[in-house]
Amino acid sequence: MMMTPNTIPLQIGDEQVRLLESLSNACAVSGDEGEVRKIVLDQVRQVTDEVKVDALGNVLVTRRGKTGGRLRVMLAAHMDEVGLMITHDEGDGIYRFGTVGGLAPADLPGKTVFVGKEHIPGVIGITPIHLIDGDERKIPISLDNLRLDVGLVTGKAKVGDRATFTTTFSQLGPSLRGKALDNRLGVATLIELVKYDFPDIDLLSAFTVQEEIGLRGARVAAYAFNPDIAIILDSTPAYDMPAWDVDENVRYNTRLGGGPAIYVADSSTLSDPRLVRFLIDTAETHGIPYQIRQPGGGGTDAGAVHKQRAGIPSVSISVPGRYHHSPASIVRLSDWQHTWSLISTALMNITPEVLAAER
Amino acid sequence: MIELQTLLKELISAPGISGYESGVRPVIEKAWKGITDDLSVSRLGSLHGLQRGTGPEPRPGILVAVHMDAIGLMVNAVLDGFLRVTSVGGIDVRVLPGQMVTVHGRRDLPGMVVPTPARLLPSSAQGGVVPLEYLLVDVGLLPGDVAGLVRPGDTVSFAQPPVETTAETLIGHTLDNRASIAALTHCLEILHSRPHAWDVWSVATAQEEVTLGGGYTSAFQLHPNLAISIDVTFGSSPGSPSHMTFPIGKGPTLIWGPNVHPYLFNTFRNLAEKLEIPFSVEPTPLNSGTDSVAMQVVLEGIPNMVVGIPLRYMHTPVEMIALKDLTRAGRLVAEFIAQLDEDFMDKLSWDD
Repeated sequence: MMMTPNTIPLQIGDEQVRLLESLSNACAVSGDEGEVRKIVLDQVRQVTDEVKVDALGNVLVTRRGKTGGRLRVMLAAHMDEVGLMITHDEGDGIYRFGTVGGLAPADLPGKTVFVGKEHIPGVIGITPIHLIDGDERKIPISLDNLRLDVGLVTGKAKVGDRATFTTTFSQLGPSLRGKALDNRLGVATLIELVKYDFPDIDLLSAFTVQEEIGLRGARVAAYAFNPDIAIILDSTPAYDMPAWDVDENVRYNTRLGGGPAIYVADSSTLSDPRLVRFLIDTAETHGIPYQIRQPGGGGTDAGAVHKQRAGIPSVSISVPGRYHHSPASIVRLSDWQHTWSLISTALMNITPEVLAAER
Repeated sequence: MIELQTLLKELISAPGISGYESGVRPVIEKAWKGITDDLSVSRLGSLHGLQRGTGPEPRPGILVAVHMDAIGLMVNAVLDGFLRVTSVGGIDVRVLPGQMVTVHGRRDLPGMVVPTPARLLPSSAQGGVVPLEYLLVDVGLLPGDVAGLVRPGDTVSFAQPPVETTAETLIGHTLDNRASIAALTHCLEILHSRPHAWDVWSVATAQEEVTLGGGYTSAFQLHPNLAISIDVTFGSSPGSPSHMTFPIGKGPTLIWGPNVHPYLFNTFRNLAEKLEIPFSVEPTPLNSGTDSVAMQVVLEGIPNMVVGIPLRYMHTPVEMIALKDLTRAGRLVAEFIAQLDEDFMDKLSWDD
């Protein structure tokens, strides 16, 4: 139980938005997270030397508290994003490619991409509408029929190079738009948490790799940290758009503007109810808006973490976001601010008591 | 010298969907101001430039048409902060999900085209291409603000920024047909410093993509003896039919077909060979899909020629051209105009 609720003065402001911008514009397809890892390392090394890059490329940061009998709290945010890998060179700057992670081929036609570490620009085009009959235009274009075209530039893009959308981060009134906000939002939040002092816990931060292709980084990070509990920071879809018949949308998953989304159940994790209750209590005690993510599909690194070793009580918190895995996501700045308030306040107040009762 | 790549990037960054060309017209006026003797705007919004010839009056005139309008979208409903849209011009809806756009509301709003999520679609629309009626535009604002800023009828432009490559290709939206405006600008620059007997009307036409309105009305108003369209044509690209497409970077195409006067075609072909300008012949069995479809049948009929600039991925926001094709097309048209003498119309004949 909370004795004296502590609050955290730091708010998400311009500096954090600029950090998110650099993370969003960076290209880091699963298995090739170097660009984001570099930003993370630059940031966390300003506050601690206890930084390790493990065998898979996870960044593991330990910040120890000062009091005795501290709870070991693991936080995880995945650095990787969905994208493409070039698989075959057809000559004259035309390439075949495969998808990495849950990237729908329907999002690819008519988009520009950056290829490889040099960010060589390319496009994924389609045959002009004038040369395709009407019935064919009702059929989704398969991956087999798409090509990446770097515009007569030969010899620069190479088989094995990754590619991602070229979307530039921007602010749209109360919203933020950028690529890979799933999960650069979590990464930016975790970077800020690492910079903060939490005297009563050991903060074990994992910036994970390969989440989008099977939660692979989190699995080994959780083993290495061996925490008492784990909280996963991610971004979950908001499907809060009008239904086709403008009937009430009761399958929204989460809603923009509703505050941080707390996970109860998804396709791979049944969140620890003690942690769910603790987060809800924290939000309500401190007047922080929150929402329960509609139970159902999807998932986070918690799916791998909670079954590690003899079991790790786990829960996930997400900033809701529209259009993840597409050229850009749109999120609400206020949801990120409230997510920050909830997670930082929770870490300030969490004690071993949270696990006192049996699950 | 006008730097064509810089001009073209400025041209494709300006709005101007069919019927609403006022966004791009000033960019063209600025480029043509120093190299034309007169500039005016037609009743439908086409831009008319005039370079007076050196021949005695009444001088014959030639009209070179390049359409300036763009394909795009138009708002048809505002719904809980989201916009539903219809298309202006031919757009394959499969390129729309995830596309960045600018909504021209009471002020310009950045937005993004998104599909209604599968879980919110009728079963008939599951698993296939999401039809235009179930696509939305999200401008990131709160519903009350969107309702105050956007109305049905507001236009929506693509916002894909221009992308330059190291191989002197340029990628972007609306290169159809702003690329040809750059080519004509190159032509006008050559003719500005070169004597030509004929009057030259450079016309940036309105509404080509939807009604051919500019082609009909400017040809009527200016009543030229000859007319030329410069427009983009299908560039060879992966999966496109090879017999209907032409390589980018290998020169313009000369259209051969019912919209083109054979004498003009032959004159162009001979000239290109003489000048060693590479080109392809583009057989066009039906109409050419250019302003010449209209200009050919204005008044008592006008002999037309059509020059094509190969472009990949036409009518998508990632169209691609090779810059050297623009200068080749511009130079070829300039050389054709420069060699027109006072008696040219007498020589124009049918090879029957």
